[in-house]
Amino acid sequence: MNLLELLAASSPLRSGDVLAGVAASSSEQRIRARMALAEVPLKRFLAEPPIPYESDDVTRLICDSHDSAAFAPISSLCVGEFRDWLLEATPTQLESIAPGLTPEMVAAVSKLMRNQDLILVASRRRVVTRFRTTIGLPGRLSTRLQPNHPADDPRGIAASILDGLTLDSGDACIGINPATDSVQSTVTLLRLIEEIRLRLDAPVQSCVLAHVTTQMQALLAGAPVDLIFQSIGGTEATNQSFGISLSMLDEAHHMASERHPGANVMYFETGQGSALSANAHHGIDQQTTEARAYAVARRYSPLLVNTVVGFIGPEYLADGKQIIRAGLEDHFCGKLLGLPMGCDICYTNHAEADSNDMDLLMTALTAAGCNYIMGIPGADDIMLHYQSTSFHDALYLRQLFQLRPAPEFEAWLSRRPSLLDSSWLLT
Amino acid sequence: MAVDLKLYTPARVALGRRGTSLPTAELLQFDLDHARARDAVQAELDPSSLPFPHLLVASRAPDRRTFLLRPDLGRQLATPLPAYPCDAVIVLADGLSALAAHRHGPPLLALLEAALTGWRLGPTIVARQARVALGDPIGHQLGASLCLMLIGERPGLTSPDSLGAYLTWDPRPGRTDAERNCVSNIRPEGLPYEAAAALILALMRAARLRQLTGVTLKADADAPALPPSRSDS
Repeated sequence: MNLLELLAASSPLRSGDVLAGVAASSSEQRIRARMALAEVPLKRFLAEPPIPYESDDVTRLICDSHDSAAFAPISSLCVGEFRDWLLEATPTQLESIAPGLTPEMVAAVSKLMRNQDLILVASRRRVVTRFRTTIGLPGRLSTRLQPNHPADDPRGIAASILDGLTLDSGDACIGINPATDSVQSTVTLLRLIEEIRLRLDAPVQSCVLAHVTTQMQALLAGAPVDLIFQSIGGTEATNQSFGISLSMLDEAHHMASERHPGANVMYFETGQGSALSANAHHGIDQQTTEARAYAVARRYSPLLVNTVVGFIGPEYLADGKQIIRAGLEDHFCGKLLGLPMGCDICYTNHAEADSNDMDLLMTALTAAGCNYIMGIPGADDIMLHYQSTSFHDALYLRQLFQLRPAPEFEAWLSRRPSLLDSSWLLT
Repeated sequence: MAVDLKLYTPARVALGRRGTSLPTAELLQFDLDHARARDAVQAELDPSSLPFPHLLVASRAPDRRTFLLRPDLGRQLATPLPAYPCDAVIVLADGLSALAAHRHGPPLLALLEAALTGWRLGPTIVARQARVALGDPIGHQLGASLCLMLIGERPGLTSPDSLGAYLTWDPRPGRTDAERNCVSNIRPEGLPYEAAAALILALMRAARLRQLTGVTLKADADAPALPPSRSDS
């Protein structure tokens, strides 16, 4: 087996790898592959990128940004030894090796780890980012308030925002997925959030998750753009299928940074299966490809990054067990690479999953120190037709783990006006 | 006077709370809606109950579970079809909600067929365990210029029976989603039959005029006829 095949065969069973024809052919073969993977020197991942340097700009990004000084303390380890090292590492050590890690290294070691290993190691790796709020501090759990509406109706969206703010949601951002990807509706929705922010004097940041080019046009048209969002993947061809390139993201990052100097201004979403879905996976297993997307995110020091773990459907993650595992892997890999990972803990109605599975994943991810989760009215996204986490879910987690929202937002909550008297918003 | 948020959005706002958690009635309502959506996904199409003459075909996905896990099989035609050159073929398919096909297929078909005078239509096809792209080999084997696929969409929590319409000019295996047009959310509570039929007919006429479908085709400047954004139906 070559390195690519070894990584794929080592992955815990999931439908997307079966669909791609890269999964282990038996349970025994899977564990034998892990035993072989444990003996692979970390250095070999630098020498053998899964897609050639010449033919993929994500590979070039990974190779060119590798920090060999940061890698030095672990450079003599094999993957199995690296797992042992991680379980004993201090937060300072975890932070210092991050620039020396490649996505393939963290994907490989995650395949040797139990769920509890993924939780324990990630819990020691805090990644803190700042805009108007500070996200990722110990003892804190934030939420992206997601007030989507099937027709982008501003009053309907405002109603969901008010409901969320009333239930202490929105300290990571208020982020709307628009039903229509147009500059006009992006401008309208950004102005809506801005008006709410200013009238309520709330420390929040806005985002309308249209295509990155639409958001750049909205910014040029004078819209109050805070965060710039884009879905990203782990291969150049996946990103092409999203209609983006690294130079396009460079430009967006530059524009937003000029508008908000000193802030983390980017927001990225990812998810296992997107490369296979775009027929752009190059035979790499879906979890390794997902980790490669984090190399793209890392380039832009984002405020927020989350995997949308169960969104894509059962042909990639078949059931609750696979979704839970993938969510823990993605959070772990992102954190190890230095990203401020959150998670859209979610499922679709054609997957073998339900809200009980999501309860377990959200509880495990909060134990792992996840920066933020989604806040959606009643967990039901009426525009994207999937179920995520609710405002109530975040309150459950904060209560259970004795966590608080971001400090600036927490301070605002103590002086928050009575929102439901804000009838001016709904007229 | 507090605002009643429920007046402004169908989202699950103003649910109340017990401690920090959902009240019992809201919890059970959510579970009921999810159960309905799950039943819609698992439901099998019953061709014998469809009140119109049709030719029954199947994809290579043998059962519901395989269909969900192997979208590639749902795009391959297991039933060979004879050549039947025509201007358009209409396919009614289960997709991810056989419920949608049963509820909204017959009335929509009746409206469309009544309006398609001057079109040589192929036999009406009913397809089981079908993805959108199953229309490509169906249209290709018949020799249809245009394939109209009416197919059950991925069920939402409060819309278990949404029907989608996908148009593909010169259907043949290998067509991409960017080469199709889609009219989505066809059901009385979403896009009603008459409005959906009008949109579909406008797209069909535009497709025949321009000999293409896809991102460059518009029914008219304001019509919400978008290229499909999800390939999972």
